[in-house]
Amino acid sequence: MAKITINNKEITVRENETILAAAKKAGISIPTLCHMEGFPPSGACRICVVELEGRGLVPSCSFPAADGMRVQTHSPRALKARKTVVELLLANHPDSCNYCARNQSCRLQTLASELGVRQRVYVGHKEKYKLDASSPAIVRDPAKCILCGRCVRVCEEVQGVAAIDFVRRGSKTVIAAAFEEGLNLSACVNCGQCINVCPTGALTENSHVKRVLDALSDPALYCVVQHAPAVSVSIAEEFGFPAGSDVDGLMVAALRRLGFKKVFDTAFTADLTIMEEGSELVHRIKNRGALPMLTSCSPGWIKFIEQFYPDLLPNVSTCKSPQQMMGAIVKSYFAETGNLNPRDIFSVSVMPCTAKKFEAQRPEMACGGVSDVDAVLTTRELAQVFRMYGFNLKAIAPEAADTPFGTRSTAGKLFGGTGGVMEAAIRSAYFLLTGTELENPVIDKVRGLEGRKEAYVTINGMEVGVAVASGLANARKVLDAVRAGRNDLHFIEIMTCPGGCIAGGGQPLGADLEAVKARLAALYDLDCKEGLRLSHKNEDVVRLYKEYLVAPLGEKSHRLLHTHYHAREIV
Amino acid sequence: MSNPALEKIFTKYPCASRENLIPLLQDVQEKDGYLSEESIRDISRYLKLPSSKIYGVATFYNQFRFHPIGKFHLQLCRGTACHVNGSAKLLEAVRKILKIEPGQTTKDKMWSLETVACMGACGLSPVICVNGEFHAKVTPKSLIKILDQYRVQEAGHAGK
Repeated sequence: MAKITINNKEITVRENETILAAAKKAGISIPTLCHMEGFPPSGACRICVVELEGRGLVPSCSFPAADGMRVQTHSPRALKARKTVVELLLANHPDSCNYCARNQSCRLQTLASELGVRQRVYVGHKEKYKLDASSPAIVRDPAKCILCGRCVRVCEEVQGVAAIDFVRRGSKTVIAAAFEEGLNLSACVNCGQCINVCPTGALTENSHVKRVLDALSDPALYCVVQHAPAVSVSIAEEFGFPAGSDVDGLMVAALRRLGFKKVFDTAFTADLTIMEEGSELVHRIKNRGALPMLTSCSPGWIKFIEQFYPDLLPNVSTCKSPQQMMGAIVKSYFAETGNLNPRDIFSVSVMPCTAKKFEAQRPEMACGGVSDVDAVLTTRELAQVFRMYGFNLKAIAPEAADTPFGTRSTAGKLFGGTGGVMEAAIRSAYFLLTGTELENPVIDKVRGLEGRKEAYVTINGMEVGVAVASGLANARKVLDAVRAGRNDLHFIEIMTCPGGCIAGGGQPLGADLEAVKARLAALYDLDCKEGLRLSHKNEDVVRLYKEYLVAPLGEKSHRLLHTHYHAREIV
Repeated sequence: MSNPALEKIFTKYPCASRENLIPLLQDVQEKDGYLSEESIRDISRYLKLPSSKIYGVATFYNQFRFHPIGKFHLQLCRGTACHVNGSAKLLEAVRKILKIEPGQTTKDKMWSLETVACMGACGLSPVICVNGEFHAKVTPKSLIKILDQYRVQEAGHAGK
């Protein structure tokens, strides 16, 4: 323990705690740019400088507090230095705030405003950069990059992908993929975590807003929309609701007002996924198929395994993701029953995810030249559309989703958080194997935000080992163990983003750990409150099998709901 | 691994660890004259380091090239003495004539350009060196003559 004085206030801190952490404890806010909570400091940007008596300016993010230190966080000198840092960052920054996707959600803009930057003090040479719009999911604009390095770190340290790094040095430094190729050729898995940590507009999603609005205004098109389980518990934050508010009904009502003919719930096809994937697991266990089976809902993870663990591809479930299953049944069963030409249906999905944009355009995700899903909006993009239309979510009456794909179990809803697919799958696999229901449907060991979780469930006297990983660096650890011969696991759920879809790369920006926890709690709350908790008890799913698909893993299921993946070369 | 010459270099670094990266890059450049994408990919597989990281490290250092050198490799000194005597203007002239940046090679693969910090020939400043031949007190005007001289030489060879 050490005692330090910050702004004339004495604070007790742990040895080696940084000045920044100590100040935070004392309720003193020091601005940061490159700093990432929970990561070792990089000390790159110098926006967090404070004045240390007898020493001068020091970066608070990386400077350990020591006994007897006297610190002024907002002395005239510290404030001036911070302002200068921002002025220098702006010296070669494009003056395009009005046209920037991050206008009013930009950290650099906020800092400039807070620190009172009112004129261009330094005029730097502006390099001409090429916008990288090669990726179907993520757009990179190096001109807006301030080289804080957060994207590089999240890509390497959280996701274990390392698609991008600093290239060259000094004033010539840029962040780029290997050989400065486009992101589409790189190892990028399109997860969008880099967007969530980018302080400026250098990283944004590849927007589908225009194509969706164009489709909605085209009288020849029948527009259908689905929304993912994690969207209803997070979009509310964009409209001033507290984190963890579930606004499912309000969002459905607003989507209908936009002109969508049908509003379906992706959690319905999450239930359908459970029927197919659960049956596949049972089939594999009974027939000595490739085990452990790996989930296939998360498209970032799918690209990851194609690139880095192609030897384990036989273990990946052949099920399409819920988004693609919905797309496929909308353009088959729904089109047939409604006498619609699949080519006249424009199928939109609202996802917490940027990788879903990549998934939707994969060649595997089409039937007879017709894409299952035509456009993917992130949670952020949908919020933008709502704002554009002047919808006030607080003043809309909630509405229910449409039949036949609007009913969902809360198991399907749990897909939105890490461990949710596993919990839903265990509930239904138990039923499929025993014909009876689990006494307690809550599988505590797979709940919570822990990066890796494991559990053993006894079904019919057999001990079924399950593991859950979120964040691809965590996935690597589980996969390496499997590669090394670990054989007590039967089923592994992997979600690309740490925490699952609730913390996806398309979610509202600026969410801290508390917000993510609240989103997850909202999912658990729904599961606790509502009656329908089992995917196989979803009557609309049962009816879909009766009227159309016949049985899980049947011929129609195989054609519409299953696919295969292949090893992928990257630069 | 597809490239036996690289394999041979790798045997010098049996523990395949990260700290071997720069010596490995140097060896490969020594062999090929530059770092090709293929060789970076091979090194990436050998060291189990993402190619983005290797490219990042390699571009940080001036010593590494990413294009094969041309038939004539022009080194232009940007050391202090040469700078004082006008090497900046000289560099400008080279860039204009050859239409390449330092580190690049012309499309016809004839010329490559490299800037170096000091060649230890300050008395001759500003100095350039083409395929090991030094040219002293070069001006933008005399530069044209020097380049032409190599072109003529090349044309003569081609004609024979």
